[in-house]
Amino acid sequence: MKPTNPTSQYLRMDRIPHIWCPGCGLGTTVNCFVRAIEGCDIPLDQISVVSGIGCTGRVAGYLKLDSFHTTHGRPIPFATGLKLANPKLKVVVYSGDGDLFAIGGNHFIHAARRNMDMTIICVNNFTYGMTGGQVTPTTPIDAIASTTPFGNIEDPFNLPYLADCAGSVYVARWTTFHVRQLIKSMKEAIQKKGFSFIEIISPCPTLYGRRNRLGDGLEMMQFYKANSTIQNGADTRDAVLDFKGKILCGKFVDRERPTFLDLYNTKMAERLGSSFKPYEGV
Amino acid sequence: MPDAKRKQPRGLTTINVELCKGCGFCIAFCPAGVLEFSQEFNSKGYHPPHAIKPEACTGCGLCGTYCPDFAIFGIVVKDVA
Amino acid sequence: MKADPKGVLTGAHFLDGDHACCEGAISAGCRFVAGYPITPSTEVVERIATRFPSIGGMFIQMEDEIASSIAIQGAVWGGAKAMTVTSGPGFSLMMEHIGLAAMLETPCVFVDVQRGGPSTGLPTLPAQSDIMQARWGSHGDYEVIALCPNSPQECYELTIRAFNLAEEYRVPVMLMMDECVGHMTEKVVIPDAEKIELTERVYTTAEPGKYLPYLTEGGLVPPMAKAGAGHRFHVTGLTHDERGYPVMNADAQEKCVRRLVEKIRSNADKITIVEESETAAADIVVVSYGITSRVAVKAIEMAKTEGIKVGHLRLVTVWPFAEKRIRELAARVKAFVMPELNYGQLFFELQRAVGGKAGTYLIPHGGGTVHDPEVICRTIVDAAKEQPVKESQK
Repeated sequence: MKPTNPTSQYLRMDRIPHIWCPGCGLGTTVNCFVRAIEGCDIPLDQISVVSGIGCTGRVAGYLKLDSFHTTHGRPIPFATGLKLANPKLKVVVYSGDGDLFAIGGNHFIHAARRNMDMTIICVNNFTYGMTGGQVTPTTPIDAIASTTPFGNIEDPFNLPYLADCAGSVYVARWTTFHVRQLIKSMKEAIQKKGFSFIEIISPCPTLYGRRNRLGDGLEMMQFYKANSTIQNGADTRDAVLDFKGKILCGKFVDRERPTFLDLYNTKMAERLGSSFKPYEGV
Repeated sequence: MPDAKRKQPRGLTTINVELCKGCGFCIAFCPAGVLEFSQEFNSKGYHPPHAIKPEACTGCGLCGTYCPDFAIFGIVVKDVA
Repeated sequence: MKADPKGVLTGAHFLDGDHACCEGAISAGCRFVAGYPITPSTEVVERIATRFPSIGGMFIQMEDEIASSIAIQGAVWGGAKAMTVTSGPGFSLMMEHIGLAAMLETPCVFVDVQRGGPSTGLPTLPAQSDIMQARWGSHGDYEVIALCPNSPQECYELTIRAFNLAEEYRVPVMLMMDECVGHMTEKVVIPDAEKIELTERVYTTAEPGKYLPYLTEGGLVPPMAKAGAGHRFHVTGLTHDERGYPVMNADAQEKCVRRLVEKIRSNADKITIVEESETAAADIVVVSYGITSRVAVKAIEMAKTEGIKVGHLRLVTVWPFAEKRIRELAARVKAFVMPELNYGQLFFELQRAVGGKAGTYLIPHGGGTVHDPEVICRTIVDAAKEQPVKESQK
């Protein structure tokens, strides 16, 4: 019997081949995600994936899970409603740097602040790929993008620092080169209660890579290999990414904090007494 | 390194040539150097990989984890003495 | 299906429209509300926040209206009946997600307690100037249902109807209140739970793995699924086929979007509710909705003392527009008089439906207060005598 790709049982194979470019790292992140959920003790029917708009947003459409391809920047509040209606669901938001941190920035910080129990997987390719490679809040200063043809003049976000400051209980950064660590990290983040965040640096060879002469997908991956250091527990303030500079990877934050629902149930019980029954979903 | 007494590979790669987009990740990141670009083309014009040292394959599965197109995967097969 | 007695406050109450809307939602089985404070709607969610914890509901004040309008949809897909509440500026922010609800076919309720606009406008005073926006506010082709209460009692009842219509047609339903109705306190009678009829959401009976989210099998409304039930479905705001997968071509657009429109258009007669009074022999019919209808009643009384044969057509649904009824009346009445708390919105629908077969007179008003019944009466009289309408009434 011909062996089948272990990833394929988690994919909508009727939609493969996918739309991503040669050398794009998104498919690699999907392989890691699939291996991570395989290693969790969570029934697949209970995992919901919510995405926004963009190349990364298309991940939701390829996974054979309950999945929602919502509006640009808004997968996190959708995920909030989904999770609160049915707290038994494991909700994963899978979206890109522009979607989550430009238009979606406000929703990210509030969900982190509330410690909503969900996992945010942010594939950071430093660009809005789907629309032709515009600048995003993570694009390094001096990088060329279609809307910064003379080089970006803005300092980007340091995503691990932002996630850390906003209250995330789990913050990690890996690149698509670090597949083993990424699988482990995704597994930890998904299984961890609270707001978990993983930034995955990934090549966009067609746009960001080409315009900034970073080579093709493989050359960008080899750059990640040669220029990243892993420092688990590092201070997230040090996770700044310079243009064509060193990449600090690792699991930076892993702490405990009561989730939104933990606080809701505890405090409502204290304040309302017997008239309040713990909320377990609608 | 392949075990001198072992007569069969411990791992096996399967390649769906039509899905391959020639990115080269599997070739570069295979720890045992099993793969190389073949001279063949698929219908999209890419050179898919092929196993040049199949006996070195350990079935680690890294090729499959790296492949962004789900075109290749590696599995462990039983040792055959 | 009957209402859950746990939430139903059976009895006679003295409530304002905002509070009555909250009770309507609870009676309807709504157990998830996401909202953002905005005058004059805030009281709805304040009451929800007070009532929900003891009846198993979840209220969350989100960071903005954009978040609120999509959080409710996440909750619906998680199995809840959900609602959000806002006023003009927030309604504008919610427009993209109203379109998403229409495209995903998410049953949910959007309450707009209208206030003076545009922009920040008159936050604490009434208007009816979001009526066109309720229908056309989001981009693209879609149809919604919009209801317009004229009393706190109706705020209660029409909120329940809004939820029922949302479930029946899998569509976002707009409850178009206004500041006057929202802040006016009147007697509201809440019946026994077993007297409250609710429309249940139709979930698929397909086996896991066999469910196609947008397959209708000849009908216009597909059965729904909820996350976690084993269907592993995918839905997207992109134009999609029955599998829920994006398909980017004109053919797919026709199949996908036409049904969204037809769902409501072909059921317009069933959905549309009007309340008529003495239209059978009327020369003039006053067409009104919401708070303006209360003033119209007074104006009609005044006009009748001058011997005018005038009837009243109150639109309880503002969308779909009651064009069939208007057309019927247009065949025999002399004219329609339409006061609106705006500079002309639904009036253009009226003119379109009348098609020149009768006169049409708009009595515009920018809002901030309600019409002077005297002005409406004068227009009725002028319309009946076929005299030109005075400038001040325009």
